[in-house]
Amino acid sequence: MGADFYFGVEVFLNGLMAGVMYSLVALGFVLIFKASGIFNYAQGVMALFAALTLVGFQNGQVPFAHLINAIFGTDIHHFGWQMPTFFAIIFALLVMVIFAILVEKLVLKHLVNQEPIILFMATIGLAYFMEGFGDLMWGSDVKKLDVGIPQGGNFWIEENTAFLGGDDFYGFYLDTLDIYATVIAGILVSSLVVFSQYTKTGRALRAVADDHQAALSVGISLRTIWVIVWGIAGFVALVAGIMWGSKSGVQFSLSLIALKALPVLMLGGFTSIPGAIIGGLIIGVGEKMFEFLIGAPFLGGATENWFAYMLALVFLVFRPQGLFGEKIIERV
Amino acid sequence: MLYREAGDFKTSYRADQQTFPIMFDKVAFGIAIVIAYAVVPFVINDYWANAVLLPFLIYAIAAIGLNILTGYCGQVSLGSGGFMAVGAYACYKLMTSFPDMNIVICILLSGGITAGVGALFGLPSLRIKGFYLAVATLAAQFFLVWLFNKVQWFYNYSASGQINAPQREVLGFVVTGPNASPATVYIFCLVFLSVLAVIARNLTRGSAGRRWMAIRDMDIAAEIIGVNPLMSKLSAFAISSFYVGIAGALLFSVYLGAVEVGEVFGIQKSFLVLFMIIIGGLGSMFGSFAGAAFMVLLPVLLKNIMVGQFGWATDIAAHFEFAIVGFLIIFFLIVEPHGLAMLWRIIKEKLRLWPFPH
Repeated sequence: MGADFYFGVEVFLNGLMAGVMYSLVALGFVLIFKASGIFNYAQGVMALFAALTLVGFQNGQVPFAHLINAIFGTDIHHFGWQMPTFFAIIFALLVMVIFAILVEKLVLKHLVNQEPIILFMATIGLAYFMEGFGDLMWGSDVKKLDVGIPQGGNFWIEENTAFLGGDDFYGFYLDTLDIYATVIAGILVSSLVVFSQYTKTGRALRAVADDHQAALSVGISLRTIWVIVWGIAGFVALVAGIMWGSKSGVQFSLSLIALKALPVLMLGGFTSIPGAIIGGLIIGVGEKMFEFLIGAPFLGGATENWFAYMLALVFLVFRPQGLFGEKIIERV
Repeated sequence: MLYREAGDFKTSYRADQQTFPIMFDKVAFGIAIVIAYAVVPFVINDYWANAVLLPFLIYAIAAIGLNILTGYCGQVSLGSGGFMAVGAYACYKLMTSFPDMNIVICILLSGGITAGVGALFGLPSLRIKGFYLAVATLAAQFFLVWLFNKVQWFYNYSASGQINAPQREVLGFVVTGPNASPATVYIFCLVFLSVLAVIARNLTRGSAGRRWMAIRDMDIAAEIIGVNPLMSKLSAFAISSFYVGIAGALLFSVYLGAVEVGEVFGIQKSFLVLFMIIIGGLGSMFGSFAGAAFMVLLPVLLKNIMVGQFGWATDIAAHFEFAIVGFLIIFFLIVEPHGLAMLWRIIKEKLRLWPFPH
């Protein structure tokens, strides 16, 4: 086996890791879509907002510092203390839950029974609002997020795989952060599955996902469920925000990962949690391999920008409900 | 209102389908047209042309285009930015390849090219619906922007990757390039908008428009009563893209002059045009104009207040603008999901009875 082959394998493995990161975002979409039929475009911005809040708490930033300075002419920016990561995560989670409650009270409650497209637009509005609000609150500069996850190449794997190839092969290069992300995503998904299968609230969630009216008629409060679901989605967003933020810094472009999660969802189907995971892996591997085999040598590179969408587009033409989605039945 | 209606006494379909069934509206519209053509060009200056009027005219064309697709035919598209890029680059290639060709023909041809591209990306709409289609149009958005970035032929191998509009004249007046006067550019765009708006209005109330609306309301039912979904959807995609392409060509050649594709025609532009038609009103001609005016004026207004009056830094103003736009979108959707056009209709109904509502 030549070094090229092993390099291909390395690209494949890295694609899998990238796919896990996409799945993390896609997971939040699926949760909300299943429970409320809302396609939550703001999921990416929620991840950004959660990460911003986490960094803000960690560094003891004063919220709205820029705004206060602009209005009152003061010059404040930090409280001057550092919060331990664990407490910062707890507080950030708390903020996301409060946010979930506010979204339900101020937005969703008023939009019950509207067409899905209207709800989708509302979440786009929500995304814009949160983006501006997050920047106003914590400032728009690129922030470094460090929650104690080691970064950089993993030497252990690199040394122990070097024997596979010839002289010009130095072992697989895998980012430690990505390995952590994979493990954490695994834990997250299994705990979500346990939660939805073995707890009372989880059963209620599944009931609502199955049939809104039937769930209502057996006494499940839709609005409570929505708050819970948005809270969980906020939690997933926080995890995704931590992972992506540690990888590439907390910045505006973080919100664009939501767009990357869309083709993942289309492949996997909007209503399936395993679909989100497998869709993410397919997209991650697909775009890395395409870039490696065709994009970089023949098309001038940067094909990762559109490959996922094209793949999803072509795929949907043959299977409109995605890999694991429920069959779409339409009646006149 | 200054008029009273006594009732609905229409006796022919012709009367029923009138754009302005009431004389007062007709006169008011006529006066607005006269002001737009005969008064504004004489009082216009650089600031008003560049900050308000030109963007309004150009985005109104794009909004009409997207409204045909999304508002009338019910196919949500997030690819408007990409289609505008097609219009802009087609216009650039035509202008530089055929220097003697009239700019008007260039722009119309680039609209035609965009229509072709739009119809191509509209093909999946026959299988994919709703959200799935919206995401599928993102493929167009990202692919087209990537294409214009990577393939150097599109920007004539220029080192900067930018495209620049050469100077062109219409009837002896300079309309593109740095030497164009605000008044001529304004009139140039206004003529395009007027003609396109009249065509769009007549398309949407004619048989084509009725087919689109049937597809929008329920495509399976429409198919059963004999509407051809292939032709209706593709024609909506093509015509919508034609408008959006012309808007892109005008934006590039007349308004901006120099364009870098990722900056100007990114995903944000798609959302901007989409917001225009949501806030203005889906499936309404008036809504396209109102939405475009709203989304163009709002940032200018906010900037003037926050930077001009309060003296805040521009980045804070920009963040505020984001938050306010987001808030307004949610607000409008909650208060009136059918947008400014519906609000206007409600106000008219109320005023018609005022001051004796009972």
